[in-house]
Amino acid sequence: MIKIEEKLFQNRYRVDEGRPHIQISDPQVCVDDCKTQSCTFACPAACYAKDEGGGVVLTTDGCLECGTCRVICSEHRNVDWSYPRGGHGILFKFG
Amino acid sequence: MERHVIEQRMWVLDDKSFIGTNYRSDAFNSDQPNRYTILRAPFDKWFSGKVKAAGGLVICETTVTELIQEGKKVIGVRTDREGGDIYADVVILADGVNSLLAQKSGFHGELEAKNVALAVKEIHFLPEEVVQSRFNIKGNEGVVIEIAGAVTHGMVGTAFLYTNKESITLGIGCLLSDFKKAGIAPYTLLEELKAHPAIAPLLQGGEMKEYAAHLIPEGGYKAVPTLYGDGWMIAGDSAGLVNAVHREGSNLAMTSGRLAAETVIALKEMRLPCTAPHLARYKAALDDSFVMKDLRKYKELPEILHGNPHFFSVYPHLLNRAAHTMLVVDGQDKHSKEKTIRGSFVQQRSLWGLVGDAYRMWRATR
Repeated sequence: MIKIEEKLFQNRYRVDEGRPHIQISDPQVCVDDCKTQSCTFACPAACYAKDEGGGVVLTTDGCLECGTCRVICSEHRNVDWSYPRGGHGILFKFG
Repeated sequence: MERHVIEQRMWVLDDKSFIGTNYRSDAFNSDQPNRYTILRAPFDKWFSGKVKAAGGLVICETTVTELIQEGKKVIGVRTDREGGDIYADVVILADGVNSLLAQKSGFHGELEAKNVALAVKEIHFLPEEVVQSRFNIKGNEGVVIEIAGAVTHGMVGTAFLYTNKESITLGIGCLLSDFKKAGIAPYTLLEELKAHPAIAPLLQGGEMKEYAAHLIPEGGYKAVPTLYGDGWMIAGDSAGLVNAVHREGSNLAMTSGRLAAETVIALKEMRLPCTAPHLARYKAALDDSFVMKDLRKYKELPEILHGNPHFFSVYPHLLNRAAHTMLVVDGQDKHSKEKTIRGSFVQQRSLWGLVGDAYRMWRATR
């Protein structure tokens, strides 16, 4: 099992507390309509996890701002995606 | 700038082996234009210094939230600062692969998973002397390795290794549509790549200091959106200007940005407004440059790769096995070895399959 936390731990972030820049528009859609839940394996920061109720929970703290979740949710368009507020998000040390 | 590239290696991996080619030349040590490895954080700092020196104003830590429009005409940008509206004669959209601003304004649609690759990478730090000795280079000479084969699990994609001054960047990217189908996490591929017997020794002893992910627009020529309109132009990744075959993107981005800027300068000098008919000069200049010429050359390739995944699975395996069969010293005669190799190709792809593949590759790259 790969510990993604160990990778993300090397990164520098300024988290915009309480203001996640990505949101699941309608969590019920993940439960009822989405069979693949591709975001739960495709997100390179593992921000999306399956929950016990058959839905998906999103924690944006480790987000790498790539856009994968938005693009991969093509059937349901259920990811409300924007860049973090100015000065927040991942701060690349090297890029 | 980290290193100028004097050697490029292309490796086709099987599970335990690779077959490849190198090109290395001392001529790359001249002042001629070349390929360089850079790290974006220091590069961007240097580049914004150049912008400031040229009289530009760089506003950092500010996110543009939307374009300000008057009907169809773009007249500025809205930012997330208080009173952060900025008006302009023309806006050059260079907001990267996701290009939400152009999407919001309806200049182009959402990216399709089959037209973007998801790449993940890590940077591993090693002493400068270790990088030099490990890659047989001196001073600021650099090596890049492009890698295809087993590490992508048959998905359309490649891996890469770049030497920096005191570090090595290692990454792997595949089409997002393929990730979706395969159900594999991108960092799983990265870990397998790092553990491959051809890669692991190159990283040994290094310290991983950053992990990043990025989408790369790989739809090619057919996925390039409208490039200009009233009061706006679009450049770089946001316009999908990436040559996936040659792993070029930064140079297309910089060239398109320069051509957009030169278009504005020329119009200003002629006292012409930045309307769509006048900004058409930007597209003409791009069409006339290597940017569009190269994209056009490979315009069929994305579709051919989508329909023929065996280029990334069957062939790497066959090539490696062929090399192994020929090179192992085991008492078998070479005629029999050749027969075994021919047999393995025909068995996997059939004779017509081989001919068809050759034709498809020719058509995709001619």
